[in-house]
Amino acid sequence: MQVPILKQGAYLIATVQSALTDEDLKQLRDTLVLQVSKVRARGVIVDVTALDVIDSFATRTLRDVAYMIRLRGAETVIVGIQPEVAFSMVKLGLTLEGVATSLDLEEGLAYLGRKGKNHDQEVRAHR
Amino acid sequence: MRVSIDCDSDVVAARQKGRELASQCGFPSTDLAVVATAISELARNIVRYAIRGEIILRLVQNDGKKGIEVVANDDGPGIPDVGLAMQDGYSTSGGLGLGLPGTRRLMDDFEITSDFGKGTTVTIRRWRR
Amino acid sequence: MSGSRDVATVTQARLETTASRLRELVAHLRHQRAQLREEWARLITEAKLLTAMTKEELFAEATSVYDNYVEALETGTYEALQAYARNLSERIIPRGVETHEVVGIVLLLRDVLARSLFATYHEDFNKLNRILDAYEPAANRIAATVAVGFVQERERIIREQQEAIRELSTPVLQVRERLLILPIIGVIDPQRARQLTEQLLRGIRTNRAKVVVLDITGVPYIDSPVANHLVQTVEAARLLGATVIVTGLSPEIAQTLVNIGVDLGKMNTVGDLQGGIEEAERLLGYKVVLMQEPVAHSA
Repeated sequence: MQVPILKQGAYLIATVQSALTDEDLKQLRDTLVLQVSKVRARGVIVDVTALDVIDSFATRTLRDVAYMIRLRGAETVIVGIQPEVAFSMVKLGLTLEGVATSLDLEEGLAYLGRKGKNHDQEVRAHR
Repeated sequence: MRVSIDCDSDVVAARQKGRELASQCGFPSTDLAVVATAISELARNIVRYAIRGEIILRLVQNDGKKGIEVVANDDGPGIPDVGLAMQDGYSTSGGLGLGLPGTRRLMDDFEITSDFGKGTTVTIRRWRR
Repeated sequence: MSGSRDVATVTQARLETTASRLRELVAHLRHQRAQLREEWARLITEAKLLTAMTKEELFAEATSVYDNYVEALETGTYEALQAYARNLSERIIPRGVETHEVVGIVLLLRDVLARSLFATYHEDFNKLNRILDAYEPAANRIAATVAVGFVQERERIIREQQEAIRELSTPVLQVRERLLILPIIGVIDPQRARQLTEQLLRGIRTNRAKVVVLDITGVPYIDSPVANHLVQTVEAARLLGATVIVTGLSPEIAQTLVNIGVDLGKMNTVGDLQGGIEEAERLLGYKVVLMQEPVAHSA
């Protein structure tokens, strides 16, 4: 199953569907790494809102993605982990340590913006 | 309900069926994710190490409590040292190896029988509170 | 009946007799339905049971119970009765009906029907005995089934209410945009811990919180499993993109955390709630300052 990857400015956004096999995950990893170099993206957002399960393999693959993309000079953010999924992950002992996570696409983009010191990015000031 | 596990996509099928069954039993959404995740781990082990096996899903009752039971069966090479496999290596990479200690943490009941050359059977259960 | 004195044959014969007796019994009860039901309803009112119901409701329920009762006698199976009992309980428990009332009315029905059997078969003592032999065990089983069904339903409702109360007693407060405070008071058991996590994670998503202050000043102590759970909650919150600041950590709880292998240096802890909120604001405000820097420079 192909995961749609969109380019938005200097970022790539991959939106994952729910029924993802291990093969699909590996394919996504390889595609993202390839695309990052190809379009010289500064950041990658992997939107896992639709994933109802993130198990040990998915976690490892997501960490691999972040690591490999960082080697290419770009930052990865995983967004949209559902509360139930987060709960299962920590119970299983999976932490996604060293990988940035945000609540949703909007937050993820904000994070990348801050990270990349992109002043064109819209930032909401809270006081 | 039996799901035979032959390949990758069967892992997804197994956990979706498990989620459906748990939902029928009335488990809240958090438990659905927990059960589906546990099934995913067990089913993957079958695909990776045993090539072929099956997942049996059942609704069970005990003392008025309702629950779901998942049995993961395979004729694979088996685990020679179950004790070692069940050890919780608290590593930051997490989830290495068979993910069995993690699966045990997810569920209420956990039983495993396995021996070298004899295949593996893992039985897990989660009860409705 | 064959002349053989084989035990199996005798038992079989006895079962068949019991079955035919029950059939006769059921026929009788169906025939007398109207009178017996009315007699029963009268006794219920006399005993001041089910006062929460109106006369019409009582009659309607009495009819259902009667029919289900006779059906159970006829079929010898109790699943339908069990389902009915739970259904009935679900309806009447919110009305304030108590266990002794439900048990009471079922026993009254049992007696009404038994009396009716006495009245009908009193001339033939042997036949009466045999009919009662068939009736009594079945009637007792019915009474037990209904009572257990009621109690189970009641326990289920109590559990639900407890859950609701627990949820109320652990409010998730949004004090500022993107900042949640979760004050916890009292002892945390595994059940409450799990509920806490669920509420927190849901709260983070609903309020789009970036920082959560988890205040455990009001928690005297926690055991290892709950401490573990606390750590997992903090980790899960991070997966949702939020930072958790734990405040009010007593020395005892700090020790428990260290004992289970938690690196307190890595956990974001502040002494008291006020300090925690300030730290949270700083975390949120800090990001704003960073952005305003260029503006200040160009001024």
